[in-house]
Amino acid sequence: MGEVAARHAEPSGGRSSRTNLPDRAWAVSLTVFGAAVLVVAGVIVGALWFVAAPAVKTLGLWNFVGSRQWDVTRDLYGALPFIYGTLVTSAVALIIALPVSVGLAVFLTEMAPARLRVVVSFPISLLAGIPSVVYGLWGLFVLVPLLRKPIEPWLARTHFPLFSGAPIGLGYLAAGVILAIMILPTITTISIEVLRTVPGSLREAALALGATRWEAIRIAVLPYSRAGIVGATILGLGRALGETMAVTMVIGNSPTISASLFAPGYSLPAVIANEFAEASGSLQTGALAALGLILFAVTLLLNVIARLLVRVSQKGPARVAA
Amino acid sequence: MKRRRLVNHLMTALCGFGLLLALIPLGSILWLVISRGAPALNLDFFTQLPAPVGETGGGVGNAILGTLSMVGIGCILGVPVGVGAGVFLAERGNGRTGDAVRFTAEVLSGVPSIVVGIVAYGLVVLPMHRFSALAGGVALAVLMIPALARSTEELVRLVPGSLREASLALGVPQWRTSLRVVLRTALGGIVTAVLLSIARAAGETAPLLFTALNNQYWNFKADQPTASLTVQIYNYAVSPYQDWHQKAWGAALVLLLLVGALSLIAKALARNRFGTAR
Repeated sequence: MGEVAARHAEPSGGRSSRTNLPDRAWAVSLTVFGAAVLVVAGVIVGALWFVAAPAVKTLGLWNFVGSRQWDVTRDLYGALPFIYGTLVTSAVALIIALPVSVGLAVFLTEMAPARLRVVVSFPISLLAGIPSVVYGLWGLFVLVPLLRKPIEPWLARTHFPLFSGAPIGLGYLAAGVILAIMILPTITTISIEVLRTVPGSLREAALALGATRWEAIRIAVLPYSRAGIVGATILGLGRALGETMAVTMVIGNSPTISASLFAPGYSLPAVIANEFAEASGSLQTGALAALGLILFAVTLLLNVIARLLVRVSQKGPARVAA
Repeated sequence: MKRRRLVNHLMTALCGFGLLLALIPLGSILWLVISRGAPALNLDFFTQLPAPVGETGGGVGNAILGTLSMVGIGCILGVPVGVGAGVFLAERGNGRTGDAVRFTAEVLSGVPSIVVGIVAYGLVVLPMHRFSALAGGVALAVLMIPALARSTEELVRLVPGSLREASLALGVPQWRTSLRVVLRTALGGIVTAVLLSIARAAGETAPLLFTALNNQYWNFKADQPTASLTVQIYNYAVSPYQDWHQKAWGAALVLLLLVGALSLIAKALARNRFGTAR
């Protein structure tokens, strides 16, 4: 009885599985590689938590995030100065880089001849490819002296509270400027991609109604691609928040909170870079890893939002742009 | 009407000005790295160990070797996974799993490299109780995987569907079609993507600071602290010594040459393979 059933089942099921075996093995092994990416993501979260957990449990998360004291000799660990420095430098970077990169992207897609876009894409990719430690080197020996001598004293004359204090060069402003240069290629490249998906008919309709080229851009092109440009900006912001070496070399490395942009400060990645290798005891190591965990969580969130926005905008008329 | 035209010209000029603002720092960086770095270069710079403070001469030979070896380790660990995941995304990535993997890879490519350094510290340095080239390599591999997965997917998807259909119509099984037709066609592009990811990995500093640490001497063992060009540039740059600053520029020039050469080779390869080129 069982034997008959088995023989009956064999021809169809048996043969097809035999010919499909290599195919199935191929499919399975590909899926394993794909799943490996998910595993890597899990490992990142797990390892980060593993290093950070002792400190988070000892210090308490909110206490840690809310405290502005960072004194290793007294075992005081507060994340606030670093969060503040990271936010301030990134904000400065965005304020400088956003208009420039979007303007550049608009110029290259809407105004300049197509050939210029091809030519210019090379130096922009170069700018993106320069290692961050080289940016830091340049910042330390070129940008910081420039800020110290003509630029900061000149800004100080505006008596704007952000520009007060001794013009020492190293500080939030230097870090912000160098970050602006570093995220410019990111925002520009993605904005160009987004702008190129704008249907020609929109532009043409505006022009046909008598708009000048700039008006067509302002009325038709930019609103259509708003979500994508916001996404590009958030990706740039994500890069600025996590940038380590260039910031470490020019921010001044002082765990304090100052209102003036001229003052030296500290950022999340910078303090990890400076103190991790020589951290004494698991509490300091853990506190530094917890700073990394904060950084990871924030950049993860930003990246998720940005990717969704870029996707939405590339798919067509964005609901967000209404 | 006049005012509107004026605004149009003004905005065009402003937007074009952005190009200038982008090119000035680039020009300044390249010019200074070359002009200040070139005098530091000589044969010793590539073959000798770093000289102690106060002594002239010496080089960054061990750091160059360290960078190459850690990038090598990163490749061995990262390239198969990254490329494999990319092939998965292109060949079988249209379902839900594919979407999840693609989105994860996109998001992971935005994770700061210093965070990946902490991950490698927890994975390798803590269990081994010492800083090592292996830890640095693991960090680089983790950084390479998401970017490689995405670029590989794009390149494999460029292979025309007609090629695959022709092969399947001739009765060639799926897996052989994938391997021998689709992947072979995309191979040039994949090599390009791998080279570009190597170039990026070679320029990483932050994830090496507390995984590979540094080393004043030659190191040929994967389980020992290792010097790297980037960490060496950092240490030289923040030191108070004039001579070391000069060496920092020299090492930066070497690094830029290495990264630039890799990118140029990659671009040349991409251009030679028509069909897979972009």
